[in-house]
Amino acid sequence: MRQVISGNEATSLAVKLARVAAISAYPITPQTTISEKLSEICGSGELNAKFVKVESEHSAMATLIGAASTGVRTFTATSAQGLALMHELLFWASGARLPIVLVDVNRAMAAPWTIWCDQTDSLAQRDTGWLQFYCWSNQEIFDSIICSFKIAEELLVPCMVCYDGFFSSHTYEAVDVAGQSEVDRFLPPRKAEYFLDTKNPQTFSGGTLPGYFMEFRYKLQQAFDRAHGVIDRTYGEFAEQFGRKYDNIESYFTDDAEAVLVASGSAASTALHTVRKLRLDGKKVGLLRIRQLRPFPEQALIDALKPGQQLGVLDRNLSPGTGGVFTQEIRAALGRQGKNQPVYEFVAGLGGRDITENDIKTIFAMLGNGQGDLTQINWVGLKT
Amino acid sequence: MFRPSKHIREKYLEEEMWPSIFCQGCGIGTVMNATLRAIDKVGLDIDQTIFVSGIGCSSRVPGYLDADGLHTTHGRAIAFATGVKLANPELTVIVFTGDGDMAGIGGNHFIHAARRNVDLTVICVNNYNYGMTGTQVSPTTPVGGITMTSPYGNVESPFDLSALAIGAGAAYVAKWATMYPHEMMTAIKKGIEKKGFAFIETLAACPTGYGRKNKMKEGKDHMLWCKENTIGKSRYERLSEQEQNSCGKIVIGELRNIEKPEFTAEWSKLVEQHYME
Ligand SMILES: Cc1ncc(C[n+]2csc(CCOP(=O)(O)OP(=O)(O)O)c2C)c(N)n1
Ligand code: SF4
Ligand SMILES: [Mg+2]
Repeated sequence: MRQVISGNEATSLAVKLARVAAISAYPITPQTTISEKLSEICGSGELNAKFVKVESEHSAMATLIGAASTGVRTFTATSAQGLALMHELLFWASGARLPIVLVDVNRAMAAPWTIWCDQTDSLAQRDTGWLQFYCWSNQEIFDSIICSFKIAEELLVPCMVCYDGFFSSHTYEAVDVAGQSEVDRFLPPRKAEYFLDTKNPQTFSGGTLPGYFMEFRYKLQQAFDRAHGVIDRTYGEFAEQFGRKYDNIESYFTDDAEAVLVASGSAASTALHTVRKLRLDGKKVGLLRIRQLRPFPEQALIDALKPGQQLGVLDRNLSPGTGGVFTQEIRAALGRQGKNQPVYEFVAGLGGRDITENDIKTIFAMLGNGQGDLTQINWVGLKT
Repeated sequence: MFRPSKHIREKYLEEEMWPSIFCQGCGIGTVMNATLRAIDKVGLDIDQTIFVSGIGCSSRVPGYLDADGLHTTHGRAIAFATGVKLANPELTVIVFTGDGDMAGIGGNHFIHAARRNVDLTVICVNNYNYGMTGTQVSPTTPVGGITMTSPYGNVESPFDLSALAIGAGAAYVAKWATMYPHEMMTAIKKGIEKKGFAFIETLAACPTGYGRKNKMKEGKDHMLWCKENTIGKSRYERLSEQEQNSCGKIVIGELRNIEKPEFTAEWSKLVEQHYME
């Protein structure tokens, strides 16, 4: 049934339909309305789940690690400072191979205090061993959460679904909300092979000597290698049942494009809108929307690029001392594949500043006339 | 916006920051008023005073004061304040915090600073909910209290923050409500003068949040609620044991005032001793 709902409502509905059994969360803007809606759904009995309103995000993740270890499906949502506070336990969740699903509503990291959007919070967690997806529409948020449980549970790897604070979380869009029986058919109950079981006592995550630790990490890396295939297959099954197809990199107008911009999150939709307008003026520009950071979709990226295209990356995040995280990831991938492709780096929209049509036009103009600087960050919309 | 007298306003408030973000009828203004009057009474040198706060509506207070302020991360104000006090024991350090900030996410810092008896004055605005994020259940939400995350009533037992402070070893503990601003001011004054960990809990209205959901939509409703649901410590002590057990009221007043070795002083003594040797 089509409903006009916010990004956060799309999350709550997807979590309900996924029949999550344990939820734990701590309020933080702009995530809070997710936990509020879920408390209501759990309190009314619409969803038969335990919701623990813990005293911090660190406790929220700890609670879920406990719950997931008993073999049930678990969920939490957070933003920025909350995600950072979970950092220690994010490693624990992936190391213990628990398929927890977390929504991060992207918000810039303090100091100075801010509640507005950028993606530095989740990108800073890229080494914690979580799958990471970035959404641009409320429909995609809903669909990604349903798919994430399936992917995470097959791989035994936790999964983070990210979308932009306010731009997506609080914006209303039409979403096709699947019925319970349809979701049940796509996403059967979690079947854990290893879990805390009184009939078959086991201990997890105990002290590990150097003789074995590395093998644990090797296995986790293997799961991420396998993830490419599992994700593709899951998206295929999803498309077959629901009629909506996702790819980890999506190409728009790139076939004959001379300049291509890579973007993610809500900024990608502004970029697409701008690309369409520029096309009407006869400009040969295109967009690559990147939906996935971990595992990094290296092959899909290479396949999507044509030789000789001017390539720019729009980063709504900053890793001080190097630059935008997506840029660094893309440069590394191209380098690994032996491609000598120059990549222009554009940092914009930090701390909730709007990324406008004009900003995107400025970027394409710089890409087109060689004004961009390859050796440093090109800041967009910076007050000087 | 609350209006303190001209003298207090001119002496302590950061003109440019006003009007405040506080909602109409919010209890935080009264607590701030009482704090400034206490500071004035003590005759504190405001230039030798640091205000430290975490995150929440109550933690916004230092931003409105014409004094040094350290606005920190959610829940960690007392840890930051301990650092300030240790590095410069000459300074007076006052922490402004909320029930969520101090007893939820920052609960550990609270009990450990009380245990160590660090010379801080901690003023906690207890409005029974996370006000700033929009009325979620907090560690002091009463059983049955309605919030956005307990829409069918809270089932968890709340903390008695003052009892927690006493249990953890604080040197000075008082609990008042915005209904009693004068007594609150006296308690804050004594807290500032106390050499050691002083904790002043202030029951306060959050009409926009907890109040709206629990039949206390206006600031005055909370005042009346306090009048009915609190009992002064001396009156309480005159009750028989049976009456005490059945009265079901919150005991307010000065709940503890003892002398005990203070952390920074003890630390300096230790350093001096070993340095002398
Ligand atoms: C690590 C972290 N988690 C969550 C938040 C969001 N947050 C900001 S204020 C607040 C609650 C404040 O409650 P309280 O201390 O009672 O203050 P009040 O607003 O009620 O005065 C929360 C949860 C945050 N800033 N940082
Ligand atoms: S939300 Fe509540 S605590 Fe915050 S300013 Fe308004 S009334 Fe005060
Ligand atoms: Mg509060």
